[in-house]
Amino acid sequence: MCIVLEDKTMEIIDNVGNTPDKLLEVLIAVQESSEENYISEEQLVSVSKGLGVTLSKAYGVATFYSMLSLKQRGKYVIQLCNSAPCYVNKAFEIIRAFEENLGIKVGEVTDDGLFSLEFVSCIGACHMAPAVKINDEVFGNLDRFKVKSILEEIIRRER
Amino acid sequence: MANILSKFYVKTKPLSIKEYKENGGFEGLEKALHKMKPQEILDEVISSNLKGRGGATFPTGLKWQFTANESNETKYIICNADEGEPGTFKDKVLLEGCPFLLIEGMIIAAYAVGGTKGYIYIRGEYPKSKEMLRNAIGVLKDEGYLGDKILDTDFSFDIEVRSGYGAYICGEETALIESIEGNPGRARTKPPYPPNKGLWGKPTLVNNVETLANIPIILSMGAEKFKEYGTASSSGTKLISVSGSVVNKGVFEVEFGVTLKDIVYETCGGLTENSKFKFLQLGGSAGACLPENLLDTKLDFDDLRSRNISLGSGAILVADDTTCLLGFIKATAEFFEHESCGKCTPCREGNKHVTKLLDKIVNGVATVEDLEILKDVALTMKEMSLCGLGQAAPTALLTTLNYFEGEYNEHIKGYCRTGVCFMKGGEVVNE
Repeated sequence: MCIVLEDKTMEIIDNVGNTPDKLLEVLIAVQESSEENYISEEQLVSVSKGLGVTLSKAYGVATFYSMLSLKQRGKYVIQLCNSAPCYVNKAFEIIRAFEENLGIKVGEVTDDGLFSLEFVSCIGACHMAPAVKINDEVFGNLDRFKVKSILEEIIRRER
Repeated sequence: MANILSKFYVKTKPLSIKEYKENGGFEGLEKALHKMKPQEILDEVISSNLKGRGGATFPTGLKWQFTANESNETKYIICNADEGEPGTFKDKVLLEGCPFLLIEGMIIAAYAVGGTKGYIYIRGEYPKSKEMLRNAIGVLKDEGYLGDKILDTDFSFDIEVRSGYGAYICGEETALIESIEGNPGRARTKPPYPPNKGLWGKPTLVNNVETLANIPIILSMGAEKFKEYGTASSSGTKLISVSGSVVNKGVFEVEFGVTLKDIVYETCGGLTENSKFKFLQLGGSAGACLPENLLDTKLDFDDLRSRNISLGSGAILVADDTTCLLGFIKATAEFFEHESCGKCTPCREGNKHVTKLLDKIVNGVATVEDLEILKDVALTMKEMSLCGLGQAAPTALLTTLNYFEGEYNEHIKGYCRTGVCFMKGGEVVNE
């Protein structure tokens, strides 16, 4: 196993706390430290060792909370709200716009690893529905044109 | 419009103790700690008639009394900030606009029931709220409002922020407790209820953000004055979050007793240009969908109960006539299918069957028998599910089957009046 990765995980545990009740908090911190926004199998093993919980328990928690991922994601995780308030404001058109602009379907990652698309339950931005969350930032009152310009802006920044 | 709660997040900067105090902040806490015995506080909250603002509308004072009655040395106070109900964003306004208010409520609660440690459980989708609360706790510790010997009394209390991470079920109090313990958030069988046996088996008081935010106000103005707001059965004000096809969307503070019609057409300025009212969903995705002729319903627990409607979180979603009812119900059902924790069979399996049947309906391949099965499954879920999630999941379905059955029948005949469900047009059925 990669020693650096294990050290990094142990450092996170030291910061967050090493009691079993901190399992979710530790997993969140591990994922947040990842460029690809996910928890690798090696890291999950380290977390279970570091907190003294079984691997199955760690896996159970990691798969129960839908903002955690055990699969590699994009540097920019685009979360598309598909709850009722966004539906009423025609979110399905926005979902289509993201898929078309990125050339991927919901659940996939772009080839360059920059973006991934996924559904999310209500993000509490209903007053500006349809809304999406890109990493920690919320974008609302979207239409096809705004979707295009948001993506172009990120790509420009990343160049 | 009333502003007993909203004045705090409108008039004060979120982390300014000075501005908070200028608007009456910490008056309730000072009064509680310096002039009142714990039982007097409990009596004040009971007499204020405050009911839980998270959705279950349980009398807050009673919950406090149950927790206070336990003789355990360790008791926990949890602020439920896992605001996951679709269409609900009113707690976020309090969390990010005036974090001191709910923390003050928590400190008073801890003093009244004998709480030794507090947790604020915030959903992962609100990273800014988490940061704000962590900062607010830091400020209050520095100023002697949290920690050892609060305001020079013998009372000590500390609060820790914990994060949810994408699980609607964790808004259910026992699932939330499981989550703080580091487990998947699956609801526990009740009883025992949290006031008797909650976090790590200790007596635990779980209150919603808005409920706790009302506490300092009740103590500083007194229960009698508080009851002047609202109606006989429903004291105080309610934060409502309005979304959908109205001109002014957002969070508004209204007095209990106002009608849904007033909220839609006055507070929110009516429907957006060129749209026609179709239905209103009250209380988020777990709430009832009401037709136009029920807009005279009052925001009042008695009036709502007499019509068999629940206020829920206070979310109001207005849908116009370009919304396909079945597409909407299907989106709602998919939400619950995704969010079911999987512990009990009626909810886990019921949501799957409901989604499957709705899928058939929107694709124009369902039969009349499917509609019967759908009703049957929905009623079973409502009656048999372990927790509120499964019990309330089919509410939108059941109420629309009641008020908008025509649109279900249309779809079964292969016609979608909004053209959303790409079916080959069948005949229009008169409602």
